[in-house]
Amino acid sequence: MEHSPPPFFKRGPAPLVRLAFFASLSLALLVLDARFRYAEGLRQALVLAAQPLQALAVLPGSVADRIAGYFSSQAQLREENAGLRRQLVEASQSVQRLQAVLADTEQLRRLAGVAERYRNRGIPAEILYDARDPYARKVIIGRGIQHGVRAGSAVVDEIGVVGQVTRTHAGASEVTLLTDKDQAIPVQVQRNGLRAVAYGGGLSGLLELRYMAANAEIEAGDRLVTSGLDGVYPPGLQVATVARVERDAANSFARILCQPAAGVERGRFVLVLSAEAPQTPYPEEAGAQRERDPRGVKPRRARRKAADGA
Amino acid sequence: MVPERPQRILLPVRVSWIVVSFAAALLLNFVPWQPLALAPDFVALTLTFWCVRQPRLVGLGAAWLLGLLTDAGSGVLLGQHALVYSLLAFAAITLSRRILWFSVWGQALHVAVLLLFAQGVAALVRLAAGADFPGWSLFAAPLLGAALWPVVSLLLLAPQRRPIEVDETRPL
Repeated sequence: MEHSPPPFFKRGPAPLVRLAFFASLSLALLVLDARFRYAEGLRQALVLAAQPLQALAVLPGSVADRIAGYFSSQAQLREENAGLRRQLVEASQSVQRLQAVLADTEQLRRLAGVAERYRNRGIPAEILYDARDPYARKVIIGRGIQHGVRAGSAVVDEIGVVGQVTRTHAGASEVTLLTDKDQAIPVQVQRNGLRAVAYGGGLSGLLELRYMAANAEIEAGDRLVTSGLDGVYPPGLQVATVARVERDAANSFARILCQPAAGVERGRFVLVLSAEAPQTPYPEEAGAQRERDPRGVKPRRARRKAADGA
Repeated sequence: MVPERPQRILLPVRVSWIVVSFAAALLLNFVPWQPLALAPDFVALTLTFWCVRQPRLVGLGAAWLLGLLTDAGSGVLLGQHALVYSLLAFAAITLSRRILWFSVWGQALHVAVLLLFAQGVAALVRLAAGADFPGWSLFAAPLLGAALWPVVSLLLLAPQRRPIEVDETRPL
């Protein structure tokens, strides 16, 4: 046995022991956070500590933006203004049509005895920056708990769904984009009402419909809208367009890739829809209700008619 | 054996300066750089610097705490940066005597290896947690960070290079 002389200076535990301690502590935290989500309290406290620094760090960018905005040329502004006016006219027309249709639908729903669909309240927000994490597709928006944003809300832009609020802080929230690998959204093919779940494709910037039978009635160019079955995303929002369908006899599932409709990785202004979702019935009740599910056979026919008319 | 270059005797470091430098590094890390993939990890760089220069003052505890703050601030898995920074600090402290022997660019080369190692550990953690590998551009940021080493060492050592008493006839 080798005996080392006692140390001259007291320096605490050996470096390797310290490394083992801190590494195992980190690993324990990682597992707690990744598997069980137990570390949210600690995270909130740490975020509170980091918040002032973060606010300070974003400041130069926003000031530069403001200065650039101030010096944008008049011609550019006028052009933009004219474009916006055109869009407004178009939008107000479709709003009028929409209102007429909504009134009709509500009346029909009352006749059919179905609960009225919940209305959404939107919170406009600006995307501040991309989250500093090359492994995920997340952005930070400048609206948080104090503005009424809640975790789980859907986030849309002027075209369609962008993502979902996954974490909220006091004055900012983290939005996971649709293209994130861990993000899923229940969708419906607009043409025939076929239901599916779209998963984020990660780096490719596309969405993927998994577990769709190889003979599913879906083709390139089909539009996907939210089905609203999850109670998170309101039904009828544009999600994506089917870009490619690969049917391989070797696999029982088709490989379906879709291009997101909204400017998922581009836009700057978004709307957080805080859904006051009705209580979802328990599975037994849901099974009993399936017979008179409004999203079953009837709307399918109606949608097809609408598609024919368009 | 002595380094062949003349070495300046530095003033003792102030703990407040170390704290300020870490706060500034965190601040720089939270700045939304464009493109994000090329933004070096300033906290890792500063941590490496102090672990090399002051291994008795800055150690694994500080590294771990900084890692937790970075984790919470960037919204990733809690513990990812804590683990990475602990390993980085350990490696930097172990190599500190060797690194100080080299000239500034030789030091930067060592730091490049350390930062690449740290990024590799982070990638392993994320891959284990189920993420996709985001491509080899991931390793551009550590190299850029190492290229900043001479600047960082100049800046962070500046307070220790102050003259003891102010002399009107001397420029610095």
